[in-house]
Amino acid sequence: MAGSNPNAKPMNLTLNVWRQPNRDAQGQIVEYKVKDISPDMSFLEMLDVLNEDLLHQGQDPVAFDHDCREGICGSCDLFINGRSHGPEKGTTTCQLHMRKFSDGDTITIEPWRAHAFPVNKDLSVDRSAFDRIIQAGGYVNVNTGGAPDGNEIPIPKDIADRAFEAATCIGCGACVAACKNASAMLFVSAKVSQLALLPQGQVERKTRVENMVAQMDIEGFGACTNIGSCAAECPVGISLENIAMLNREFLAAKATSNNLA
Amino acid sequence: MSWFTKTFTSSIGRKIIMSITGLFLCSFLVIHLVGNLQLFKHDNGAAFNIYSHFMGTNPIIRTIEWVLVLGFGFHIYEAIALTGKNKKARGTGYVVNHSEQNSEWTSRNMGLLGTVILVFLIVHLYNFFWRARFGELDPDINNNDDLYTLVVSSFQQWWYVALYVLAQVSLGYHLWHGFRSAFQTLGLNHRKYTPVIKAVGYGFAVIVSATFAAMPLYFFLGLDKIQ
Repeated sequence: MAGSNPNAKPMNLTLNVWRQPNRDAQGQIVEYKVKDISPDMSFLEMLDVLNEDLLHQGQDPVAFDHDCREGICGSCDLFINGRSHGPEKGTTTCQLHMRKFSDGDTITIEPWRAHAFPVNKDLSVDRSAFDRIIQAGGYVNVNTGGAPDGNEIPIPKDIADRAFEAATCIGCGACVAACKNASAMLFVSAKVSQLALLPQGQVERKTRVENMVAQMDIEGFGACTNIGSCAAECPVGISLENIAMLNREFLAAKATSNNLA
Repeated sequence: MSWFTKTFTSSIGRKIIMSITGLFLCSFLVIHLVGNLQLFKHDNGAAFNIYSHFMGTNPIIRTIEWVLVLGFGFHIYEAIALTGKNKKARGTGYVVNHSEQNSEWTSRNMGLLGTVILVFLIVHLYNFFWRARFGELDPDINNNDDLYTLVVSSFQQWWYVALYVLAQVSLGYHLWHGFRSAFQTLGLNHRKYTPVIKAVGYGFAVIVSATFAAMPLYFFLGLDKIQ
């Protein structure tokens, strides 16, 4: 692993940042200059520097979503230079480093754009639509009582691996942001696949996929047209095979479930 | 709403209708292409006219024709419904969006390509289908309607040939994405078969569109007169 590079020269950058005072206000791009940015900084640390400058000047700092800054929580969500989480493949915004940019660059930073993800303020968006999709069926019911033995239910290794790959989805919404149709299919498919593959997910298997797809449509996400930009921009590499599995699960559930409504 | 209407008005249900009708229309393309190969026969259109007479009068073909109309109808209707829903789902667009860095142009422009094909289809149906079915065509030597002569004379006009070639290029790109996409929508994605489906789809797109495009060019360039 490369450590900090003492020879790396600080960078001066121009930032075009989406500013929007609140959900109902008109937003616009505002230009800012940041100076002496270390190439070792993360993208969010660079924004911290911008906000320090703005505070010292008595201006309103730029609101953006972040939490763990370790690429795990799925909170950070910036559309950087026309790409979800910026130009680096397989990376969340917090794990994107300024060494991927050059001195003198102009960087455009926008919030995720989707009807179902309204802008709270500036770059911060409301992604509770994802929470409501999970509430509609992205769970398993577990009996209370003594903790079961970890290996009580045998699961073949390749099934466990596939379920785990689907489970790595951090729910950041980069798929929705990148999709031409603002479709949430990659997110929903990861959650449905993960639970459909495992024995613990069998009880609610049919109603889960029916309810989660119905909620996805209610929230106003678009329909998948198999473009593939979601998987290309996904920071954890959720694959399109999950969407095919979601389609299979949905069709099978609709054809065989006992829900007549 | 019953479970059935709920299924086929959901976003996945509409996509399933798109994929099934799309694959059905692919099978139509094969039949249409194979039949039309008779245009290349050096018999002043005798075989082609017998074929078109059969297609226009056989009761089984005339029945399936209505299934074909439904296939086109549902494919176009669902495309419009989904495009409307998808445009609404984005809302405000991006100031800067480099989607060319994460996806293919043809995958993002199925609606545009489909619209070009639809315009072509209307012109094509009016000029050939409508006149053959409802118009007055002169009889050929076998006393069949001489559709062949109408085809040859139509393909002497440069703008008509240009429209056909443009439409076939659009069809090629439409199939390039559409063929493999239909299988993905039906949930048929497997590491063993998906590479095969993709390869067959790309081959299908190129062969079908190139052979269809060769027909107007064949007559426009006068290749039918070479013995």
